[in-house]
Amino acid sequence: MRRLVSLALVHAVLIGGAVFMLLPFVFMLTSAIKPPGEIFEATFRLWPRQFYGWQNFESALSTAPLLRFLLNGLIVCGGILVVQLLVAIPCAYALAKLKFPGRPILFSLVLLGLCIPVQAPSLPLYIAFAELGILNTYLSMMMPFFLSVFAIFLFRQFFKSYPDEIIQAARLDGVGEFEIVWRIVVPSAWPAIAAFSIFSVVAHWNDLYWPLIVVSDTKLATPPLGMMYFADSELGSNYGALAAGATIITAPLVIAFLIARRHFLAGITMTGIK
Amino acid sequence: MTTVAAQVTPLDAAPPAGRQRWVERFAGLGFAAPAFILLVLTNLAPLAALAFLSFTNYELGALDFSFVGFKNFGAALQDPVIRRSVTNTLLYVAIVVPGGVLISLLVAILIHQRKRTRSLYEVIYFLPVTSTLIAMATMWQFLLHPTLGLINQALKGLGFAETAFLSEPRLVIPTLAAIGIWQLVGFNMVLFLAGLSAIPRDLYEAVDIDGASHPIDRFLKVTWPMLGPTTMFVTVTTFITAFKIFDTVAVMTRGGPGGASEVLLYAIYLEGFQYFHMSYAATLTLVFLAFTLVFSVLQTFILDRRVHY
Repeated sequence: MRRLVSLALVHAVLIGGAVFMLLPFVFMLTSAIKPPGEIFEATFRLWPRQFYGWQNFESALSTAPLLRFLLNGLIVCGGILVVQLLVAIPCAYALAKLKFPGRPILFSLVLLGLCIPVQAPSLPLYIAFAELGILNTYLSMMMPFFLSVFAIFLFRQFFKSYPDEIIQAARLDGVGEFEIVWRIVVPSAWPAIAAFSIFSVVAHWNDLYWPLIVVSDTKLATPPLGMMYFADSELGSNYGALAAGATIITAPLVIAFLIARRHFLAGITMTGIK
Repeated sequence: MTTVAAQVTPLDAAPPAGRQRWVERFAGLGFAAPAFILLVLTNLAPLAALAFLSFTNYELGALDFSFVGFKNFGAALQDPVIRRSVTNTLLYVAIVVPGGVLISLLVAILIHQRKRTRSLYEVIYFLPVTSTLIAMATMWQFLLHPTLGLINQALKGLGFAETAFLSEPRLVIPTLAAIGIWQLVGFNMVLFLAGLSAIPRDLYEAVDIDGASHPIDRFLKVTWPMLGPTTMFVTVTTFITAFKIFDTVAVMTRGGPGGASEVLLYAIYLEGFQYFHMSYAATLTLVFLAFTLVFSVLQTFILDRRVHY
């Protein structure tokens, strides 16, 4: 009996929390299919009396280039991730397995870099980009994040435990260091690479600060920035369309999470940092 | 580098050790060079420039500037907006850190014991982490609307008075903090769940034999001490995240009402990128950096000891 009571209590707490967690999602989804008059009715209902989803999504998509925002998000996140991996993996391998002059200094700099929040260098970077005339470009949105000291740190820890004997054997077979990295060591590091990729995409897909600073052209907006423009526009008072727009902006990453749930959670655990 | 390395074959008469050392040096430097160059360009040089700027009166587009010593720092100390921003940021941090850590710890412990419903709760609590905060902030804005919002309607139904969560100066930071916690709990929960599953079962059995089978005893004697390192890490990362509050302020309140939700990063954004007071914004960034640096160093220190794959 006492077990039953405590079980009920546990679920009551968890369900109460879950309602709070889901509240804006549920509100967003139901508002996206309601006509304007029904959204703020005194009694909340999940399903509208009059289904208005087509109209809301249509006016959201025709007023703001929402699909363009998603494409921009894809381009920016993809570009950042590819360069991050290309730069960080060889560096991490060198720090883990190769003796070269300056290695201790470089590793200290990586540790120092881990301590610097991205907002700190943003002001000088903005001035430099303004002087170079590259504000309002994809490059300016991606460039500050090309180097991920965290990726270097994470991959270095991973590579360190890779057996030296295998690397030595490959060298004796005449395999070059470049191939050792990309064809022998990297395939063994997939868990770390996948984990970091998830971390990187989530962070940059949802980042508002930097795109807000360097982008003034609506066409280049990433999903969060696009959402901000969208809410500020005249559509801001068309709540159904706004909710439909928010749904479109939020959907890709949330759906990706629901599909690849295990990888997401394992990835966040492994990278364990924000 | 590849070609150099490829020449090293077992057939070489010379002992490979000496040559190997050269190969490693070349390859090492070559592999590290792109990262090092980017590190200088995107981190070290900007930080040096930041420090330099803070002692000048540079404004974007100005042809000329001069050194003003500590004038910017003095101005920041006197600036009521900056004072409010710092106080508000600290208040926000003071709510989000204990809330974000303790709630996620509680949720993690409760979820950890579930068998069939565990993954369902995991998904629900983690959902806000993956969602785009700006879109969800807009929905929170509707939900919190003083007259039409669902939350106020529910409160009214329960007999409470209408509450203007976002336009009442005393409530705006706590409200933003609640949204901050909403976004953060799932992330911290996953870290705690990982920590919980690393606790060996026999520890609990040992405590049971000692006669301390009450859940609170088990928590105090096993769970809490074993979760120490995770708790420390989660607390420190939560501190850093909380200090960076920007998105919800930028989209929901813009520092209002009457400056009640001005925060440090938003002040930097306005001074630097809206008014183009570059040198002053550089000074404020150094203040922001000073606040976060302690926790960043702590985080790196813990991370270095914790990561051992």
